[in-house]
Amino acid sequence: MDSSRPYDVLILGGGNAALCAAITARRAGRSVLLLESAPKHFRGGNSRHTRNLRCMHDAPADVLTGTYDEEEYWQDLFKVTGGRTNEKLARMTIRHTATCRRWMIEHGVRFQPSLGGTLHVSRTNAFFLGGGKALINAYYRAAEALGVEIRYDTEVTGLNIRDGRFISTIAAHQGVDHEIRAAAVVAAAGGFESNLAWLREAWGPTADNFLIRGTPYNMGRVLRLLLDNEAKSIGDPTQGHCVAIDARSPKFDGGICTRVDCVSLGIVVNEHAQRFYDEGEDFWPKRYAIWGRLVAEQPNQIGYSIIDAKSMGKFIPPVFAPYKAQSIGELALALNLDEQALLRTVAQFNAALRPGTFDHTTLDDCATQGLLPPKTHWARAIDTPPFFAYPLRPGITFTYLGVTVNERAQVILRDEHPAVNIFAAGEIMAGNVLGKGYIAGIGMAIGTTFGHIAGQEAARHVAA
Amino acid sequence: MSPPKPIAADLVQEGQRMASICNACRYCEGYCAVFPALERRLSFSEGDLAYLSNLCHDCGACYYACQYAPPHEFQLNFPKMMTEIRAATYRKYAWPGFFAALFERNGLVVSLITSACVMLFVLGMVVLVDPQALFSAHTDGDGAFYAVLSHRAMVRTFGEVFVLVLLVLLVAAARFWRDIGEEPKTLLSPGPLGQSLDAVLRLTYLRGGGDGCAYADDRPSPARRAYHQITFYGFLLCFAATCVATAYHYVLGHPAPYAWWSLPTLLGTIGGVALLIGPAGLLALKARHDAALASEKQTGMDVGFLAQLILVSSTGLLLFALRESAAMGMLLAFHLGAVMALFITLPYGKFVHAVYRFTALLRYYVERRRPVPEMGAE
Repeated sequence: MDSSRPYDVLILGGGNAALCAAITARRAGRSVLLLESAPKHFRGGNSRHTRNLRCMHDAPADVLTGTYDEEEYWQDLFKVTGGRTNEKLARMTIRHTATCRRWMIEHGVRFQPSLGGTLHVSRTNAFFLGGGKALINAYYRAAEALGVEIRYDTEVTGLNIRDGRFISTIAAHQGVDHEIRAAAVVAAAGGFESNLAWLREAWGPTADNFLIRGTPYNMGRVLRLLLDNEAKSIGDPTQGHCVAIDARSPKFDGGICTRVDCVSLGIVVNEHAQRFYDEGEDFWPKRYAIWGRLVAEQPNQIGYSIIDAKSMGKFIPPVFAPYKAQSIGELALALNLDEQALLRTVAQFNAALRPGTFDHTTLDDCATQGLLPPKTHWARAIDTPPFFAYPLRPGITFTYLGVTVNERAQVILRDEHPAVNIFAAGEIMAGNVLGKGYIAGIGMAIGTTFGHIAGQEAARHVAA
Repeated sequence: MSPPKPIAADLVQEGQRMASICNACRYCEGYCAVFPALERRLSFSEGDLAYLSNLCHDCGACYYACQYAPPHEFQLNFPKMMTEIRAATYRKYAWPGFFAALFERNGLVVSLITSACVMLFVLGMVVLVDPQALFSAHTDGDGAFYAVLSHRAMVRTFGEVFVLVLLVLLVAAARFWRDIGEEPKTLLSPGPLGQSLDAVLRLTYLRGGGDGCAYADDRPSPARRAYHQITFYGFLLCFAATCVATAYHYVLGHPAPYAWWSLPTLLGTIGGVALLIGPAGLLALKARHDAALASEKQTGMDVGFLAQLILVSSTGLLLFALRESAAMGMLLAFHLGAVMALFITLPYGKFVHAVYRFTALLRYYVERRRPVPEMGAE
């Protein structure tokens, strides 16, 4: 890192959006320096854990089946966000996904058909061969080959912004601060989901029991610095994408494999051995994202998904072995739950079952009657040993708080003016498009689109 | 026949731990046959791991794509674990069982056997062959090689060893097949046999999902697949040369030596050159192999086998070039010693990968015709 020479474009962050911006700006002939706070092995932020891109397409295209037009995509996005989206930016993103795959392939990304268990998104989502880390590796190779300078283990600790104009950044590398000047800057450093103190500030002490599904390096430093420098915020600071994951997962970086996909096949109880929500409300792909919050609302933020032998093997096997017992009483003991309470909960559930025909592939007619909360589908007696349980905790995927941008990816300041040479891409501005909720593959769609725009605009600003 | 000895329990446990992570993640499904096979299972027995490890071509793609690879606390180094289990399966299914020890320090074992064979042939010829014949030049018209060693002696020695080797390899394959949970009758399924043959001939699963394997480092490259296939087809061409020559000898009554443009010579020469280039390329790649993925023991075995192939092809080519010189006798002894060493170490060295991998591929295609366990959407 040559801190004496000014770069044309400085990229803060090292994930998908950062790399899309870096490669784009470099290909436009600009000198580009990219600062990644993680060491090389953990580079790529949460892009490491992603696996697909939601793509608009008007005809079947390589790994994508059927069609998925702009309107349907927009409606899906509108529905999950409850309208908390900027239609102009959202439609820009949607349209960009129709064409960006070629660019991705040119830079080494490869696609594969839908993975096992994900057929329901084979029409809408193109999967990366090998997942997000393979994509990140390809982009780093491409960026290096093009001459993008890359610095790992380099933390942004200060931004020097005057009158909405970026002058320089202070970056710490191996304990030494460097001042780096650049004509334009792209902030693509993610949210604050791994900053435990900030999470506690947003959610209160319950946040101490949350697990962070992704990188430990998304500390939100760049986001905080921008907000402290008059950037206009967007998105609810107290909200995050939160999934119920295996309670035995590591505090950080457990990623996809910590999932537990058997909630809808059994019952879920809290630490008092009481049920608290309809486990069969809808198909699991449409419900997994609410279970994080549901578990977070329970005492000590813990839940237990309980199934019997009938359901074993009917869902993607979780990474940790289940607790296993020959009777419900024994299972209660293993889980450290009140034995009588769990026996009562299971007995009440079994007694409330209405006869029906079980079919996990449809919203079947197996439901409870007169039970609170009800289980409205796939309700079958928990009566066949052995019995199994998976402990659940809330797992944070990402946070929604970000900076507001315009269609040129320029950061909007609190006085509503765009910052002339400050651009943002990826999770740090995703709240503009995704103010709430989630649909699979939208994060990578936003990151890729705004990465390209930010790279282009930053390069153009330098030329001007 | 004694039953195979189990693989070390800690290695099996580690394999089970890693396979469970992969089964919950599934991002690598598109790279090769291992992951689709893994996803058909809820848990992993020792036999399952033996099967998966031989299905693995060690392309390395999954390691570089893995979000759980070291230094992540899950310490998931899938290809290295597969390599270690695969090495253990070579010992496990080796027959007769007491020869399993030959897989320990295999590189050393193979070099000792090779030196011993070469010495034996050289000494044998010096003692048994008339020095006048052994150390003088013979023209092709004199019948070159057979002036030194009779055709019958050669065919008998090598034919008998070859049949024995074939038998030993078949028994090993059968032990593997039974241990991974298949019936003898499924071994002869024509469809899957054809598909596995196709996967071998094109080396489908060393493509790393398309761009080539990430062998020396994280950059996908077609080099390893190319060098492997040059070796493979070189081996086959040399074998074909021998078969054609045998047919010439017995069917057409036309004994060697043959002119440079004749079929056996052309096949042998092209095969021999390929068998120089392929193994040399593989050795060069191996020298650059990412230390994180290399397993020391396996490296010894691989290098031993590649060196053996190079020795056989280089002595063969030299023999062909200098067959009318006085050096022919000694070169012939060298070459035949090297070939004999290659033959007798086939079941106790790297070559067995061909047997187990083909058998594992066959199992994969047999299994693919069986229904997948029904599983809800994630």
